Amino acid sequence: MDEQNKIRRYTIVTSMDNEAGVLSQLAHLFSRRGHNIETIAAGWTTDRKIMRFTIEIFTDEAKMKLLCDQLRKLVPIHYVEILEPQKSIRRELMLVRVNAADRATRNEIIQIANIFRGSVVDITHDSLTLQIVGDDQKNSAFETLLREYGIIELARTGIVAIERGELKKHDDD
Amino acid sequence: MKLNGSEILINCLLEQGVDTVFGYPGGAILNVYDALYKHAEIKHILTAHEQGASHAADGYARSTGKVGVCFATSGPGATNLLTGIATAYMDSSPVVFITCNVTGNLIGRDAFQEVDITGCTLPVTKCNYMVRDVDKLAETVREAFIVATSGRPGPVLVDIQKQVTSNEAEYEFVPKEKHFEQGRIVRLKSTHHPSISSPEPDLNAIDAIAEILMKSEKPLLICGGGVVRSGAADEFTELAEKLDAPTAITVMGGGAFNGHNNLKTGMIGMHGSQASNMACDSCDVLFAVGCRFSDRVTLNPNTFASQAKIIQIDIDASEIDKNIKTDIHVVGDAKKILRLLLERITEKQDHTDWKNYVFSFKVETVYKKLENGKMTPAEILSAVAEILPDRTIVTTDVGQHQMWAIQHFKFDYPGQLITSGGFGTMGFGLGAAIGAQVGNPEGTVLHVTGDGSFRMNCNELATEEYYKLPIITIIFNNSCLGMVRQWQHLIYDEHYSQTTLDRGPDFAKLAEAYGVHGRRVTNVEQLREILHETIEKRSDGKGWVIDCQIDIDEMVKPMVGGGSHIADFMLI
Ligand SMILES: Cc1ncc(C[n+]2csc(CCOP(=O)(O)OP(=O)(O)O)c2C)c(N)n1
Repeated sequence: MDEQNKIRRYTIVTSMDNEAGVLSQLAHLFSRRGHNIETIAAGWTTDRKIMRFTIEIFTDEAKMKLLCDQLRKLVPIHYVEILEPQKSIRRELMLVRVNAADRATRNEIIQIANIFRGSVVDITHDSLTLQIVGDDQKNSAFETLLREYGIIELARTGIVAIERGELKKHDDD
Repeated sequence: MKLNGSEILINCLLEQGVDTVFGYPGGAILNVYDALYKHAEIKHILTAHEQGASHAADGYARSTGKVGVCFATSGPGATNLLTGIATAYMDSSPVVFITCNVTGNLIGRDAFQEVDITGCTLPVTKCNYMVRDVDKLAETVREAFIVATSGRPGPVLVDIQKQVTSNEAEYEFVPKEKHFEQGRIVRLKSTHHPSISSPEPDLNAIDAIAEILMKSEKPLLICGGGVVRSGAADEFTELAEKLDAPTAITVMGGGAFNGHNNLKTGMIGMHGSQASNMACDSCDVLFAVGCRFSDRVTLNPNTFASQAKIIQIDIDASEIDKNIKTDIHVVGDAKKILRLLLERITEKQDHTDWKNYVFSFKVETVYKKLENGKMTPAEILSAVAEILPDRTIVTTDVGQHQMWAIQHFKFDYPGQLITSGGFGTMGFGLGAAIGAQVGNPEGTVLHVTGDGSFRMNCNELATEEYYKLPIITIIFNNSCLGMVRQWQHLIYDEHYSQTTLDRGPDFAKLAEAYGVHGRRVTNVEQLREILHETIEKRSDGKGWVIDCQIDIDEMVKPMVGGGSHIADFMLI
């Protein structure tokens, strides 16, 4: 299979005017052109009039390029960029409530959470709610580990992503 | 000065120089019609149906090069526009649709005649807007016109909540040139947003293309609808002649490459000529301008001109490599790019051998005279072409008659052929003819249709009669849905499922009932007489419906099956 047809995950960042209907315009374009959105996350930028969306889809390079050109035609769109995996930081926040009826279980879960740099955000006599931030792999690994305790509820924000800053080269390097 | 929203809307139309609007009133848009009542400078054409108005605005735009404007009320008025909006969208026609919706506090409550028309039209508009606040109205309308007409043109819809049409806001007349200095357009302009601008062409690519074209020994050019929209017909023709290259047209490109030019190979694709399709199959360079390589052109994208270097020029980056992988392309305005190419291609080429090869195949289909004495489509079209004035504007519906007309007529200028190429909308032709005649009151407008298509929207004869539009409708009456029947004949073992139209009405009598001339014709002599009569009686302002009886088994030839290789004709 040549490069053009290789299916992989793409992280698309786009910003749009913050006005009614832009999300449906955006989402509609994906579905109308035959793409399935894996995750989508949205929020303000420094300018409240502009929303930034991070969207992830699985597709190939040729279709990705076409989709970018189609997105760029939407009037409310400011820019569309593909983030390269090596050059970007991808994070999502996950909240998960698990069964934890006794002290031993609670301690075990808290230990796991510590290893993942998660934190306990809510506790009752029979459950713990944990928050964790990471890329999808880390969060999924965390989820897998918690499964044996019984996950009561789980919520993920979907990935937000940003490009890494360029490291300045020193003259003597 | 303070004006209500309806007045602001009308004034915004006047800023644009709009003098003609097609439409249909109703509850939600009443305030706008009240303002219109006071503005005699805008002529409103009331159609029989909103769909007719939508096609009329589109036909007006295509035949005049101006923006079409169309009004409708909320709910069913708005949804009746939908087919017309999609038709304009697929053929990149600049039309501004204005609908009114229910009052803001009723939105979302399934109020009487409420519909989410911005939602409905999302996939078939270049952009759409809902205006909730009268302070945003003028800015939105100005943006809508810029978006509809700039970059790759297309329809735009502005949906206005009813309270906006009565609320007041400060309005100041802003001349059209100044519209780029306000609102969102400032951002769109400064960022060269593709919705309103054509990218600066890549000069390196142009150099490379010039080189490829000059080295080519067997070039084939395709003239697409983009040549019409860009006004690049002269540049395109000059290039074709300089390159001495056979030139095919797409359905949308008709008129942009003069039909009398010796380099013309005719239409390409499913019903393309043998010359076009065979040339496509053996050229070494395929140079396509303003053509998106639709499946009706390429048929099988994997084998389409696979031996050739493919060059594509398009204003829309998202058309590049969408259907056919190009070897080299330039994104930008066709006129500009063709000029740059002309500067670089200095020597006139000579491709006599290649032309001899290409033109050894037929450019025109020869249709045999029928033994049963019935008129053939070719005989009808020959009589029409001979008798009606040069430069007659031709609108069509969709089906066999459409293909016959495009194959047969020699279109001389862009805008002469008005047809629904992309969406294939039956029922487009009469509305489009109304728009074309309104926009070109002195011109002759011919509407070529089939009995199926005409039956769909013949209600617009009422509009034709009322506004004294001397449109000549010629029905190719084969008593069937010919194009579908042709497929059933060739592919479905002659299972003529639901395509036989052995039913009324008598179109000539129907025409008379609407108050226009109606004639039923069975032979060419009769037809010729009537065509002369249409010219003699033109000043009576009455339209014509000429119902030409043809054989039910007529077919469009050649034909290549969908998905087949372009040179594998199933019919020649
Ligand atoms: C609105 C619409 N409905 C259905 C079709 C499918 N269709 C394509 S051609 C055709 C037959 C057209 O019949 P007619 O207008 O009589 O023209 P003919 O092919 O006989 O010349 C049909 C039904 C269409 N293109 N548009």
